[in-house]
Amino acid sequence: MSHAKTPNVVEMRKRIALNKTRDYIFWVIGLLSTLIGFVLLFTMIIDLFIDGFPRLSGQFLLSYPSRFPEKAGILSAWVGTTLVMIVTAATAVPLGIGAGIYLEEYRRKNWLTHLIEINMNNLAGVPSIIYGLLALGVFVYFLKFGESILTGGLTLGLLILPMVVIATRESIRAIPNSIREASYALGATKWQTIKDHILPYSSGGILTGMIIGLSRAIGETAPIITVGALTFIAFLPSSPITPEFPFLSFKWLLDPFTVMPIQMFNWISRPQKGFHVNAAAAGVILLFMTLLMNAFAIYMRYKFRKRIKW
Amino acid sequence: MVTQISEGLKAEVKDLNFYYTHHQALKNIHLQIAEKKITALIGPSGCGKTTYLRCFNRMHDLYPGNRYEGEIILFPDQLNIISPKIDPIEVRMRISMVFQKPNPFPKTVFENVAYGLRVRGESRRSLVEDKVEKALKQAALWEEVKDRVQDLAFNLSGGQQQRLCIARALATDPEILLFDEPTSALDPTATSKIEELIMQLKKEVTIIIVTHNMQQAARVSDYTAFMYLGEIIEFDKTDKVFTHPSKKLTEDYITGRFG
Repeated sequence: MSHAKTPNVVEMRKRIALNKTRDYIFWVIGLLSTLIGFVLLFTMIIDLFIDGFPRLSGQFLLSYPSRFPEKAGILSAWVGTTLVMIVTAATAVPLGIGAGIYLEEYRRKNWLTHLIEINMNNLAGVPSIIYGLLALGVFVYFLKFGESILTGGLTLGLLILPMVVIATRESIRAIPNSIREASYALGATKWQTIKDHILPYSSGGILTGMIIGLSRAIGETAPIITVGALTFIAFLPSSPITPEFPFLSFKWLLDPFTVMPIQMFNWISRPQKGFHVNAAAAGVILLFMTLLMNAFAIYMRYKFRKRIKW
Repeated sequence: MVTQISEGLKAEVKDLNFYYTHHQALKNIHLQIAEKKITALIGPSGCGKTTYLRCFNRMHDLYPGNRYEGEIILFPDQLNIISPKIDPIEVRMRISMVFQKPNPFPKTVFENVAYGLRVRGESRRSLVEDKVEKALKQAALWEEVKDRVQDLAFNLSGGQQQRLCIARALATDPEILLFDEPTSALDPTATSKIEELIMQLKKEVTIIIVTHNMQQAARVSDYTAFMYLGEIIEFDKTDKVFTHPSKKLTEDYITGRFG
């Protein structure tokens, strides 16, 4: 009776040791890559904080730009950023959700809608300066909106529109078809199905996409410079609330403005050291605004995910 | 020739053909649906029984490229429900459906059952509440959920969710209730509850049920149609089909020789 051939245990162990060494090497490479990215980012944020900390005060938030670094502040910049973001959200969100719903629920498949779809996906990758040039031509010169908050907001709205569309489509696609069929089987029309089911069940994802888009828009500089935002602006846009009837005014839409990144860019290019500190402080505030929006997005996503598990 | 039935009819299918774009899924189907009786559709996977069932509430209209030929006449008004002139929404308002997998909306138990009424624009609160309660009772779910109608439907068990879907389909007083393998995703206990319920419901509504499970068809139905490759091979009283099938193919299928 012949025994099965004894495996070469020595050879096998050598092989295992070699395989494990390779395993270990990759672990080190992976860890280093992660650390490099993380540490660099973290250092930059800490550096920004240390540089900007001395200027963080109420006075800094409530002052206009000035020739003297210690008197200068970001009042017009953060008000400008906030107003521009409102216009951006007011355009990109309804248009993006509308387009997303159309493409997922209504669209008939033909070459035209196919072309629209391919374009929509590519638009997200168009460099922001191109949007700036387009906006300069369309909003500033053609529609004569001027170098205004309206122009800035619409420009950034266009920029983030593809993101909102993509996020809307993805969260709509996550809804199982059985839910649509359940609704239609009860006699619901398409619009009833969308309004009562599709929109409510995808709102978490849509909201996340919207906030991610706004977080990108808030830091954009190039397209805003292109449409001609001012860098030195020592007044606020007109108030949206008026003492006389009808108590609401939209004059602010056509006022000139500046935004946080432009203010920072302006300060950092000055020779005086004091302005560099101001730029860092403005950077901290901008970072804080962005983090706040992202935290909100994470919270909303968590809340909606918890509610609906398909 | 397909057997003619002598009872009151709720629907009559005449020469129905159905196409998924170029593929013909149903061929020359003739069938009579007896009023307030249970008609079972049995047959191997892919024989077209679900396709056939979904003709009754025009579910195929939701997807492009589908085409019907022939007639499904709904009584008493002799409406051809697959005619392109008839709005599928009108058909779905008269004929309800319960799906293979429980598919409640991620809403409360109450809102799930009330949804059909909401679609019909019913806003009188007390009327909606009464109808929801009645439907939940009909679906034998009321006792289990009466204290938590405001809970999310997803918190119910699988069997309860399916009974909730039955209540949702019943709340709008349909003339025909379609069941597409309603117990295939459920355990045996939940299955027997649903079967009992289906037998109860035929007092009030005409039922068509697709099932993979021949014992289920034998237990619950009054009439059985055996389908194979998109055609009806045999249709008769359930007792007859299961004890004295007239076709060799039917006999082979119900004795488990294929399928």
